[in-house]
Amino acid sequence: MIGFLAATPAERRLIPGGRLEGPTPYVIAIMMFVMVVIGAAGLALASSARLVAAGVDNRYSVEIADGAAKAARAQALLAASPGVTAVRAVSEDEMRRILQRWLGPTGAAADLPLPAIIDVDLSADAPVARIAADIERQVPGARFVAHKDSLGPVLGAVRALGWLALTLVVLIALATAAAVVLAARGTLDTHRSTIEVMHGIGATDDQVARLFQRKIALDALTGGTAGAVAAGVVLLLIAGGGSTWLADLTGGPLLSPRDILLLALLPLIGTILATVVARMAVLKALRASL
Amino acid sequence: MSPPLARQASLCQGWQWEDGVRPREGCVKLSTIVEFDRVGLRYGTGAEVLRDLDFQLARGGFYFLTGPSGAGKTSLLKLLYLAQRPTRGRIRLFDEELADAERTAMPAFRRRIGVIYQDFRLIRHLSAFDNVALPLRIAGHDGVEVEGPVREMLAWVGLADRASARPPTLSGGEQQRLAIARAVIARPELLVADEPTGNVDAEMARRILHLLTALNRLGTTIVVATHDLSLIAATPEAHMLRLDNGAMVDPTGSLKNPPRSLKEQAG
Repeated sequence: MIGFLAATPAERRLIPGGRLEGPTPYVIAIMMFVMVVIGAAGLALASSARLVAAGVDNRYSVEIADGAAKAARAQALLAASPGVTAVRAVSEDEMRRILQRWLGPTGAAADLPLPAIIDVDLSADAPVARIAADIERQVPGARFVAHKDSLGPVLGAVRALGWLALTLVVLIALATAAAVVLAARGTLDTHRSTIEVMHGIGATDDQVARLFQRKIALDALTGGTAGAVAAGVVLLLIAGGGSTWLADLTGGPLLSPRDILLLALLPLIGTILATVVARMAVLKALRASL
Repeated sequence: MSPPLARQASLCQGWQWEDGVRPREGCVKLSTIVEFDRVGLRYGTGAEVLRDLDFQLARGGFYFLTGPSGAGKTSLLKLLYLAQRPTRGRIRLFDEELADAERTAMPAFRRRIGVIYQDFRLIRHLSAFDNVALPLRIAGHDGVEVEGPVREMLAWVGLADRASARPPTLSGGEQQRLAIARAVIARPELLVADEPTGNVDAEMARRILHLLTALNRLGTTIVVATHDLSLIAATPEAHMLRLDNGAMVDPTGSLKNPPRSLKEQAG
């Protein structure tokens, strides 16, 4: 697949210049850096949304405004209902700790009335509506709440951000492709006299295009790898500083091995894209000649 | 063209002996390498720079293309080495109709043609060796298939000791010989030269002519555009094509080798 990157010394001498000559590798490095960071953010958002959604999909809460007296009955009713896989009453200490985050020390005050909250996990085929109706009828003041309903808008926003990140990656890829086209045309102009001589001697368009696509491919591979490595370092630093709370928030790692592999493949994908784009640009320019 | 062949061509007026022994009635039509049929050329929407060109070049012939500046010599050469397509008329090259040829077929034609440009068009960043090797490498040869012939060719043009020199470090005469070496390394059937002695002194011009004549003896058809009367006078076996204002003044290609008036002028 990358056989075209190999060239004889004579072929390399035809289009002189080191691998980092000109702005192309640097432009590609910057684009790749941005692409990997945004791509990682997009994948992390998608992963977060997926993890959170999976966590709350079958999770419900029973809230009883006037407290603990009815909680035991409600818990017993729930445990006896079909499709219920787990029932757990949220302790008063836990609720006060949560409230303290929002209200400060007032949240821990003993005279602050607290509702009773019971977390319920249902199986996928549980009769949710019937369980909700039963508990609300048999325990006055109880409210059966689906977690996904309360988190729905947040998950929607997270998913939208994920798609936005993907769109940005595509736009950056297109901008990179445009930069590659300009670079290929610039290289063609620089070496026009060489190309004319080669054409005059009987070189085919393919032979000429191979020289340029090889140069662009090497620029893209060098710049792309450098940009991706730099982005990887930045992501590792960010992840190292905030992995605990992020993992706690979502209940799992933000980037799966598959996501990391995809990000690591971006320089290679970028190189192939740049090579194809450069080849098309060069062939189009060459076809304009006789 | 070898001297006997030149005599035959002269005697036969465009017809050639089948061999060197047979009498005049044994003349046969020369095998043509290039055939122009009412060819015209214009650049863009401008006036025609070449019009109604109607001539043939014999395989193995030696031709001088002359005419005043602006007569269209370089344009005609461009048609010959396929840098331009005619805007009208038809050209047959190597027994094939160019009008019917796909663009992708052009490289194969061009590999059979050697070109010596007036401005040499050597690749500045390549060594003399690499410049001469280029046609062979483009044709797909490499390694020893290139090394030997290129060294031999550089020796033939007297540049054996300058193989690693780059063109800007060579003198005008050396660059000219390097351009010739590159043009002939792949043994082209047709060699087109645009003012090959335009930038060199008389001695170098004589040496270049010697190279071209030697190549012609090996069977290559040579077309040389030149104003150099001494060059024409020194090549009595050559035919002349004369352009004036875009038209072929003497399209037979068999006239005076060279014309007496030119001989006299050359003194």
